[in-house]
Amino acid sequence: MKDFNPASETASIVSVTDRVTGVALHSPATAVHFLGDTAVFVGAEENVTFAKGDEVKVIAVHGGGILCAASDGKRVAMGGDDGKLVSVDAKSNVEMLATDAKRRWIDNVALHADGTVAWSAGKTAFVRSPKGEEKSFDAPSTVGGLAFAPKGIRLAIAHYNGVTLWFPNMGAKPEFLEWKGSHLGVTFSADNRFLVTSMHEAALHGWRLADSRHMRMTGYPARVRSMSWSAGGKFLATSGSDSVILWPFASKDGPMGKEPGMLAPLQAKATVVACHPKDDIFAVGYSDGTILMVRIEDGAEILVRRNAGEPVAALGWNAKGSLLAFATEDGDAGLLTL
Amino acid sequence: MSEAAANKIPVTVLTGYLGAGKTTLLNRILSENHGKKYAVIVNEFGEIGIDNDLIVGADEEVFEMNNGCVCCTVRGDLVRIIDGLMKRKGKFDAIILETTGLADPAPVAQTFFVDEDVREKTALDAVVTVADAKWLSDRLKDAPEAKNQIAFADVIVLNKTDLVTAPELAEVEARIRAINPYATLHKTQRAQVKLSDVLERGAFDLDRILEIEPEFLDDGGHDHDHHHHDHDHGHDHHHHDHGHSHGGLKHYHDEDMQSLSLRTEKPIDPTKFMPWLQDLVAKDGEKILRSKGILSFKGDDDRYVFQGVHMMLEGDHQRKWRNDEKRESRVVFIGRELPEQAIREGFEKTIA
Repeated sequence: MKDFNPASETASIVSVTDRVTGVALHSPATAVHFLGDTAVFVGAEENVTFAKGDEVKVIAVHGGGILCAASDGKRVAMGGDDGKLVSVDAKSNVEMLATDAKRRWIDNVALHADGTVAWSAGKTAFVRSPKGEEKSFDAPSTVGGLAFAPKGIRLAIAHYNGVTLWFPNMGAKPEFLEWKGSHLGVTFSADNRFLVTSMHEAALHGWRLADSRHMRMTGYPARVRSMSWSAGGKFLATSGSDSVILWPFASKDGPMGKEPGMLAPLQAKATVVACHPKDDIFAVGYSDGTILMVRIEDGAEILVRRNAGEPVAALGWNAKGSLLAFATEDGDAGLLTL
Repeated sequence: MSEAAANKIPVTVLTGYLGAGKTTLLNRILSENHGKKYAVIVNEFGEIGIDNDLIVGADEEVFEMNNGCVCCTVRGDLVRIIDGLMKRKGKFDAIILETTGLADPAPVAQTFFVDEDVREKTALDAVVTVADAKWLSDRLKDAPEAKNQIAFADVIVLNKTDLVTAPELAEVEARIRAINPYATLHKTQRAQVKLSDVLERGAFDLDRILEIEPEFLDDGGHDHDHHHHDHDHGHDHHHHDHGHSHGGLKHYHDEDMQSLSLRTEKPIDPTKFMPWLQDLVAKDGEKILRSKGILSFKGDDDRYVFQGVHMMLEGDHQRKWRNDEKRESRVVFIGRELPEQAIREGFEKTIA
């Protein structure tokens, strides 16, 4: 991204708010993903909204609340409280991927680059290969989060008291990484060396996968709801504080024994972070509605949205890093073109 | 603060031992013509005969908080379900959570104390316990869960009264009162209770802690002081269930679950009271199911109110003491094998 010019000589913050175009949403969105240059805003209930330039299109996907969403860049998959797992592609084709036999809530979904999809309902995690072969695994308690490892078909299943690493295509016994407490979000580092969970308490927990060594990442005033890896996986940027907490992962020990970076402090809680796909820059949304772009190297800030209304609920970049989409809890949404 | 509370979705916890009539009450709440829409969290689908797309199955998954406190348990599934339900806010007015017959209400209540998201969006309204008039006395002897549910309750619906004689009913009521003299008690058949008696009670709303007085047995006609459970006659006859009689009314002591009431008209020193209370719940929180208090602090014209569940406490200044009310501090604990003497002595020492 060549346009990042915080212009240090000026006293006030540089603003790109004039390059934001509003998107009129039907109802508030809780997530946003890009399919090419089309932003797909995932509504709290029933619909997704496709936005490209001035074109806005609403597509019905669920018969109730939409509980989870994931994207591989080719499609957005969503689970609902109607017991359905649905996906949409860039042409806005809707495909029903699965229906829970007991109409349980589909709480989590994850997509693998090869087309494999994983989802969970209650304690059961499911995986379906591109050929349609389906397998399931019963976790010891309700599944809090799902993530595919960057290599191979290996699924991390977060639950109470730890994470299970399941290889659905192999007979091997799943590995169990134990840590007391309730684990909700889960993510692998891009180099496949670390696994990090966000917990019910205001903390992250990490494991170095080679030797299952623990990494305690604590000190947050609030629960961490958003985690995003910087380009190349050097940092894990996280919400949950009044600044963005960045854990260093470039060295072989990851953040062990290191202090995290703290950037973009504000009189509000960071609610969502989204790292730029190519450059060492992240976007962050706050509880007061502010959105900033921040350069990791020196913490320089650019204003994307002024504080107004409800907390920022969703942020997403397109793959090229030329478009940033956002949505707030009260239904405001927009696209920033860089 | 009250404005914020007004925006929160009230959650009523419906508990009660197996077969007491929880589902009957739930079906009544859902089918009655009240113009309200309820989201319902249940353990068994199918028991509910009402068509409602906001019925969610729960797993009653409890986990321990990572803070070294063994009784700080939270219903993780509830955190998830409330988060999910909030995607449909505007589609319902309140949440009713039905627990299984064997559930301990504490983790549910604690979830509302400790989980920031749950607290932000919802407010625990009351724990309503449905009890079976015919079988409760037996269950209080053999099922610790049933006793917990009675001890924990803000509202007790004593159901199936048509299946017992008047003396049997008086007996079971006295046994309930021995454990929990503070809950509001309604005697019903087929769970026919006014919905306003079980819903929107605000039992956990600090602003609505007005007075803490035992609910009296309604046999009437004698000095109420006999029925306060903070009676002054000793507890030396503790190790067996027994009844004794005041003017024909049976009076029970429960062997292991009691309530303890403390009061003083002398002002309390907050710098002594707060550490004492915190220390007490840290040490004996496992035994203390519920606690509640209204305090008159020295040099403070505001009433201070607090409430707690096991080790979790919350408190706040509430409003000015009115000229026409007695500035009396009142603290109650309901719990198991409460160290009564130590609590009484500790409380005395907080007097300014």
